[in-house]
Amino acid sequence: MTASDTTAVSDAEKLRYISQQAADARVNVEIETEGMTLNIGPQHPATHGTLRIITKLDGEQVVAAEPVLGYMHRGYEKLAEVRTYPQVTTLVNRIDWVGSFANETPFILAAEKLMEVEAPPRAQYIRTVLHEMSRIANVILGIGDMGVQVGAVTPIFFAFRDREYVLNQIEAVTGGRFHPNFDRIGGLKDDLPAGWIQNTKNAMVKVREFCDQIEELMYGNEIFQARTRGIGIIPKDIGLAHGVSGVNIRGSGVDWDVRRDGLPSGLVYDQVDWKVWTHPDGDSYSRMWVRLQEVREGSKIVDQLLDNIPSGPIMAKVPRIIKVPPGEAYVETENPLGVMGYYVISKGDLHPYRVRIRSASFNNISIAPWLLKGVFVPDIITILGSLYFILGDIDR
Amino acid sequence: MTVLSIELAYWQQTTLRVLGGAVAVLLPAGTLVYIYLFKLMSFVQSRLGPMEAGPAGSLQLVAEVGKAFQKEDIFPRKADRIVFAAAPFVVLMSTFLLVLVVPFGPDAWFVDLDTGVFFALAVSSVSVIGILMAGWASANKYSLLGGLRAAGQLIAYELPLVLAVMGVVIQAGTLNMQDIVLAQAEGEIFGWGGIGNPFILTQFLGFAIFLVAMQAELTQPPFDMPVAESELVSGYMTEYSGIRFLLFFIGEFATAGVFSMVAATLFLGGWWVPGIDPDSNLFNVIGPIVMFAKVMLVTLLIFWFRFTYPRFREDQLQRLAWKVLIPLSLLNIVITGVLKVAF
Repeated sequence: MTASDTTAVSDAEKLRYISQQAADARVNVEIETEGMTLNIGPQHPATHGTLRIITKLDGEQVVAAEPVLGYMHRGYEKLAEVRTYPQVTTLVNRIDWVGSFANETPFILAAEKLMEVEAPPRAQYIRTVLHEMSRIANVILGIGDMGVQVGAVTPIFFAFRDREYVLNQIEAVTGGRFHPNFDRIGGLKDDLPAGWIQNTKNAMVKVREFCDQIEELMYGNEIFQARTRGIGIIPKDIGLAHGVSGVNIRGSGVDWDVRRDGLPSGLVYDQVDWKVWTHPDGDSYSRMWVRLQEVREGSKIVDQLLDNIPSGPIMAKVPRIIKVPPGEAYVETENPLGVMGYYVISKGDLHPYRVRIRSASFNNISIAPWLLKGVFVPDIITILGSLYFILGDIDR
Repeated sequence: MTVLSIELAYWQQTTLRVLGGAVAVLLPAGTLVYIYLFKLMSFVQSRLGPMEAGPAGSLQLVAEVGKAFQKEDIFPRKADRIVFAAAPFVVLMSTFLLVLVVPFGPDAWFVDLDTGVFFALAVSSVSVIGILMAGWASANKYSLLGGLRAAGQLIAYELPLVLAVMGVVIQAGTLNMQDIVLAQAEGEIFGWGGIGNPFILTQFLGFAIFLVAMQAELTQPPFDMPVAESELVSGYMTEYSGIRFLLFFIGEFATAGVFSMVAATLFLGGWWVPGIDPDSNLFNVIGPIVMFAKVMLVTLLIFWFRFTYPRFREDQLQRLAWKVLIPLSLLNIVITGVLKVAF
């Protein structure tokens, strides 16, 4: 963190503080009117799922906002206790359902850590490629969705169109578009099909074209900027205190990415040349901007990995019936929505004794009461859109 | 009244006018929805749009209307039933009132009011009452927010709309819509009368302001804060279903068509095209077609904006109205007035 990084945030913070003081003073002075409680969700188009936010309004200004979670709780932590280790991936696929492969990776890595096996290099490369492609597929949708939140109808269709190229490639290798269930302890289920590498490179070209197109259509639009710049500012320290991770904290100028800092063994991000993007402002725009850069960077990472993919087996030597030796392991990876980690406790059985899932969106949404205080009703939607959460990732 | 030299009785005139009014409102609305909302929007968003109902989905609209007719007409339990039921009709009524003063040919008009422009601008704001009624009577917080936003927005943009038209009125020297068309047909640009003087050439600033204000009056994106479906879940329309929702839907697009007729009349020469004598009887036949073409041109602009722009927040759109559009339109009036006196 350099000094120039911090000034922009503190300026924004200062303005925010002043405007909040002014708003408080105004509310006190004006004739007191009866507030209104507006229930956003659980069924609401802006919450992409079943998030419920109870907002107390003064006119159109939010006095207090409280997210109510748990409408989609499926109890994966408990269910994992009665599944064998290979069966757990089927469950966790459904946590962040638009970037499914990335959910499997940290669990498999944790199991590998406990068993002290390591996937062969080719499997590690393919695993990283799929992890990054699921990020691209996920974040493209998030960018398009932000367009819908601010009222532009076209970006989401472009997003769905170009995400299809990535999903087709994921389907070609794993057989599943949404729930690949492809990662195995000690490697991967299958090798790549013929011609896949070239097709994927073509798909990455499409992804970069999408980025250019959406940058012109949406990011460059004056109204989009007016709706997102200076709105929903997360200062560095407050974001970190709430456990915000991933793009949302990099948008506040924190240069922290698990792909680079604390990369678990089993992924090969250290073999490629890439950059962690940050933005000093911390507002909705900066979060969306960092997302766009990450899609670009992700397509470059995939290209580089595909160029250097080694030959060899894709499965290490693991017993047919997997029994994990007793012990505890925590592995976290940088997932599309932020840092996702699995804490696995094994007692030497066929199934884990306890699994704790740290999902990114749960922590990201925890900042909402702080962030939504004092904003206007239309800004609730853009702020939630720019935080970009998936309900399955909040409720697990 | 004489249409194509045929003398008509009063009841015949009235029937003709009612039928003509229905066609003039509903035909452009249906065409707009199919060509622009279904097909052009799909083209912009790289998809096909409706393809199954009829050739290239051309009967989709019939299917949609049929669907709306079949649906249950739901009233919320706490709704103010009479107001709730009446609101869509009030909104639609303003559209039908608006079309009354639009001329479609030298003799093809519904009402030839001397204060036509004034009447048009006055009745166009009747829809605000309907929208407020809908928002209030639904007994829904989203509807209430939407209705209030709509009222604030429509009142704010009424001003630039009126002020933009002032320039035209000054230049034409009349409030009569028919005479405004004739003024454009018989006008001259610095002594050259080859293409008459469509007011878009001299009132381009007024036309731009009128278009923006019209977009806001129609609550089309980027000014669709009152209906914002991603946050207010369609605002004042949230609780409506079936036939009443259909009326709102027709109201939205019919008003787009009728407002474009007003814009075409004021700025593009209405039913008149250059090169033909405006008194010729031919215009009673081709006038409506010319008008229709001009309406499609103006609505193309409206819908193009609709497909590509995100929406303003309501404080931002109020700022645009009061700080940008109103001063600009006042400037336009001043310049027009000075030039009118000077030449």
